[in-house]
Amino acid sequence: MTEKPLIFLDRVNKVYSSGEEEIFALREITVEVEEGEFVAIMGSSGSGKSTMMNLLGCLDKPTKGDYYLDKQAVAEATEDELALIRNKKIGFVFQNFNLLPKLSALENVELPLLYSGMATEERRQKAENALEAVGLSHRKQNKPTELSGGQQQRVSIARALVNEPVILLADEPTGALDSRTTTEIMEIFQELHQAGKTIMMVTHEAEIAEYAERLILFRDGMIVDDNKR
Amino acid sequence: MNFTESLLLSLRSLKANKLRSFLTTLGIMIGVAAVIALVALGQGTSSRITASIESLGSNLLIVTPGAVPPDQRERAEELNRLTLEDSAALSRLESIDAVAPQVRRQGQVVWHNENWTTVVEGTSSEYIEVRNSVVDEGRFFNRLEARRQQNVVVLGATVAEKFFESNSKGIGQVIEINQTPFTVIGILEKQGNQGYANQDDRVIIPITTAMDRLFQIQEINAIYLSARSADLMDQAHEEVEKILKVQRNVSSTENTYFQISSQSQILSTAEEIGKLMTGLLAGIAAISLFVGGIGIMNIMLVSVTERTREIGIRKAIGATRSAIMQQFIIEAVTLSLIGGLMGIFFGLTLSKIIDYFTPLSTLISITPILYAFFFSFLVGLIFGVYPASKASALDPIEALRHQ
Ligand SMILES: Nc1ncnc2c1ncn2[C@@H]1O[C@H](COP(=O)(O)OP(=O)(O)O)[C@@H](O)[C@H]1O
Ligand SMILES: [Mg+2]
Repeated sequence: MTEKPLIFLDRVNKVYSSGEEEIFALREITVEVEEGEFVAIMGSSGSGKSTMMNLLGCLDKPTKGDYYLDKQAVAEATEDELALIRNKKIGFVFQNFNLLPKLSALENVELPLLYSGMATEERRQKAENALEAVGLSHRKQNKPTELSGGQQQRVSIARALVNEPVILLADEPTGALDSRTTTEIMEIFQELHQAGKTIMMVTHEAEIAEYAERLILFRDGMIVDDNKR
Repeated sequence: MNFTESLLLSLRSLKANKLRSFLTTLGIMIGVAAVIALVALGQGTSSRITASIESLGSNLLIVTPGAVPPDQRERAEELNRLTLEDSAALSRLESIDAVAPQVRRQGQVVWHNENWTTVVEGTSSEYIEVRNSVVDEGRFFNRLEARRQQNVVVLGATVAEKFFESNSKGIGQVIEINQTPFTVIGILEKQGNQGYANQDDRVIIPITTAMDRLFQIQEINAIYLSARSADLMDQAHEEVEKILKVQRNVSSTENTYFQISSQSQILSTAEEIGKLMTGLLAGIAAISLFVGGIGIMNIMLVSVTERTREIGIRKAIGATRSAIMQQFIIEAVTLSLIGGLMGIFFGLTLSKIIDYFTPLSTLISITPILYAFFFSFLVGLIFGVYPASKASALDPIEALRHQ
């Protein structure tokens, strides 16, 4: 392929300095992800998985190295440009859902569209569609606290997808769920993958990584294995 | 996110903390109410004083003893003491129409078993003319009664009300002033409450009676003069000054120490003092508005800390710095504007209450209301900026990690 891949991390380093000490959270990470791939990321705790996801999600910038997302050089982007990228191109799913407790499920899903300046009617329609896609139309007026963990995660998947991002990032999306709801969530991921969505997912469990077609293994801030099935 | 949405959003988060929001707006409310009520009080008082000075009439000149410098103290007696001879001399002036010398003392008035402490004023028969007063019942004492030092008295409306069922019943009654019997021959029309003193709470007797019989005094407090016309005021002023020197055998280059004030002078001084007083009251009130602003800043800072995670989530899904900034500033401004509106309502109510239930008077005008509202907006804006910029500068990852 002559074209750049959808995601291209080019010798990325992330160094945290706490006082005298320097922590190398990521060392010389190079990853390419093509459109439509479903990538699982594994590795022991503290190996740098979340750090990479945060970089991929444009929540943070690399200390050294380049990051191209959808042909755009992220490392050079300003804060406002990063916010725009997060809004338009990235869908993020967190382990602890990160829904706003005072808003209803529907309002939570509407939020990204609110920040992209979409008109009220269109916004509502899109959010309802996204909720329907994860099978939660009947709970749209409920607050997150009135929903089960699995339902909350489905709301947050709907929120991540509502702006039709180029990539879905999930950092241990089933980490807080029981095995039955885990399966439900993974089925949604699989459907999304089959529909052509690019997905990168951190997980602790080998069974869950099974759903993906590619596995990246982290150790001490480095990629030690990268296998396509 | 458009403005209406931001506004709805901020109303929502304010509603989520009703009591706290209310207590915060209370600070602004009290500030705004204080500005409005105190300015209304200042303007009310000064307009009352102005009205009472205006009621003196535009031809009025008032001569009072002035301050004598320390090196002239031994001559003070002749340099600034007013006497009846002065009054008589002034009355002969071409430019002067009428003269009312005045002595004032506190006195005890008794009728039957009733007892009233009031101001006893001694003056001439020309008082009515000079002071723009109107007799409601009976008559004022005449020149002859004054010269004969008769014990006749004209009552102010308040004193008459105190003793008699109606004004007509008072005429001909004998009252005692400091144990001396006086016959009531007239009652003055009500002049109304005029700011600093109740003009109706006094009794008026011939000045000679007051000086020789009642109080045994030689010196008089003031001489009220009315010029023949408003155009003659300057001339009258000069002539009065000259005569007072002639009376004392003082050369025209030497100083006497009298104050000769005209109504317009007193008026402008009073207006200046009124403005100063209003300004001072507004200043005091503005301080409480400022304190209210600090309250808003305090609560907004707490709110930013509490909502760190919310801010992190909003940023993670694409909120820009300015979107977060806008959200918190609108919240602060909404708080202070709600406080401002309540303050206007409360301030107006307070002004009405003061006007109605106390002897003070208030004057409500639109300017302080607009100012107070504008300043409450400004206070919200200024004190909201710092918390809002703090919120907008949060790092999304750290904010998300916040519990
Ligand atoms: N903000 C930070 N400050 C300092 N060290 C950090 C910070 N974030 C992560 N780290 C360190 O970077 C390393 C990688 O962390 P992380 O990416 O969260 O690991 P994980 O693979 O468990 O998700 C760890 O040693 C962690 O302590
Ligand atoms: Mg992690």
